Amino acid sequence: MTIWKHELRAGRASLCVWFGAIAFLLAVCVLIYPEMAGQMDEMSETFSQMGGFSQAFGMDRLNFGEFIGFFGIECGNVLGLGGALFAALTGIAALSKEEEGHTAEFLLTHPVSRPRVVAEKLCAVMTQIILLNAAAAAVTYLCIAAIGESPDGKTMALLFLAYLLMQAEIAVICFGISAFLGRGGTGIGLGLAAVFYFLNMIANLTEQARFLKYVTPFGYAESADIITEGRLEGKYLAAGAFFALVGVIAAFIRYARKDIG
Amino acid sequence: MTAILTKQLTKSYGRNRGITELDLCVHDGDFFGFIGPNGAGKSTTIRTLLGLLSPTAGTAEIFGRDIRGDKREILSEIGYLPSETMFYQGLRVRDILRFSADLRGQDCRKEAARLCERLELDMSRKIRELSLGNRKKAGIVCALQHKPRLYVLDEPTSGLDPLIQREFYAVLKERNEEGATVFLSSHILSEVQRYCSHAAMIRDGRLLVSDRVERLGHTAAKRVCAGGICSPPALEGIRNVKKGASSVSFLYSGSPQKLLAALAPLPVTDITIAEPDLEEIFLHYYEKPQSHTGKAEKEGGNAI
Repeated sequence: MTIWKHELRAGRASLCVWFGAIAFLLAVCVLIYPEMAGQMDEMSETFSQMGGFSQAFGMDRLNFGEFIGFFGIECGNVLGLGGALFAALTGIAALSKEEEGHTAEFLLTHPVSRPRVVAEKLCAVMTQIILLNAAAAAVTYLCIAAIGESPDGKTMALLFLAYLLMQAEIAVICFGISAFLGRGGTGIGLGLAAVFYFLNMIANLTEQARFLKYVTPFGYAESADIITEGRLEGKYLAAGAFFALVGVIAAFIRYARKDIG
Repeated sequence: MTAILTKQLTKSYGRNRGITELDLCVHDGDFFGFIGPNGAGKSTTIRTLLGLLSPTAGTAEIFGRDIRGDKREILSEIGYLPSETMFYQGLRVRDILRFSADLRGQDCRKEAARLCERLELDMSRKIRELSLGNRKKAGIVCALQHKPRLYVLDEPTSGLDPLIQREFYAVLKERNEEGATVFLSSHILSEVQRYCSHAAMIRDGRLLVSDRVERLGHTAAKRVCAGGICSPPALEGIRNVKKGASSVSFLYSGSPQKLLAALAPLPVTDITIAEPDLEEIFLHYYEKPQSHTGKAEKEGGNAI
């Protein structure tokens, strides 16, 4: 667990900054709800009638007048997109940063097998994502309690679970790519997260593009679907699990054989 | 027992030259110098031995273990100092040493403190604040603190001041006397000549010669410096002529009687006949690639 601990220590500043930003935005979103609730009926109607825009964000299917509907759109975007960016950056840097910083030579000349390095680093990425989401959920629940709302516990849990799984999938895919890079891939990570996000918006727009939900992890983390269906879409989850598995296998195979120049 | 044994070890990759059919043998307990100009393949050899690079062909063993299969066991017995020592910037020296020891599952705090004191390294300093020399010292302590059986040091003294260099070699000598093997690469020949018992030379990825250091120096050729004359006598076996205003210096390989006889009628005012130093041997190999790839040279070191 030495590398795992080292990774968590090295990543704690980044984790704190991302948590601070996401928690602040989540808290603001939740805390302004009571003030907006009065105007919500009107807004809800407006929001649901903006055609493609409403569809893209799933606002045509959600009721802004209810807390859970408001939470799904606003907080879904904050934790979904913010968490996805954090996951992408953490995943893409996990292995490649050692070569970029020329520390791979130090790390890999210790009696530690490469699969162990990969495994401990992967665990560290996952731990950071779980910590971020757990802390974000805790802040959200505190804020919800503060404004006196009592949304459906199961739906809320499903939303947080979906965001967590989505971030985990993005992180693992980026982690797999990281094994192939010789230097940091910040651009690739951010780009990939953004592409996934927009693919889901496109998939929301037309029936022909619906298949894109299989490709992007935002597909099964769509608040509108989770709130209206009361469950996560199994087929999209299965596709996500497949991509994540490919990412993990690619990381282990590639890194075990990689020449460290 | 051999500490390092490579057979036809080859590594070719990308734009780098790599190494070609390298046969290297370092015995247990040796103090071995690996000499070559920059880009000759010294670091590639070391990185391949340590498993950072996978060989394209050939085999290599460390303490009888195959470098491909038993990487972990091999690395647990090695202390490695890279030529450019880089660490995690945000950490302190103490954290790095602790991290390195933890990765080995050892508690090396006492030895680390002792080495830091000898090398005058402040353990509480942050890595990013360290000068090149101090970073090198941190790398040295990392390589030495767990008292391995084999030290692999890639250009260990670059960036160190002479006093620390001397202390560093003193520590290495002690470890060597305790039975450890030292394998260091360098392009500073005087360093190798002073400290190493064996040496090998590499150029363009190929091993040129490997032998005891004094045998490498003790070649058939002599460096002759004569005052009072401006050109060497007309003799076979004279090379590497350096002409001065009223002196001449040349390498001579041949019968001493013939040399003396040829010099006798000349107005020589002063003369020294000495072994060529390693630098000359090295430059000789370096400058004349075609004529020095024979097997006899590898074995005997009597190429000059």
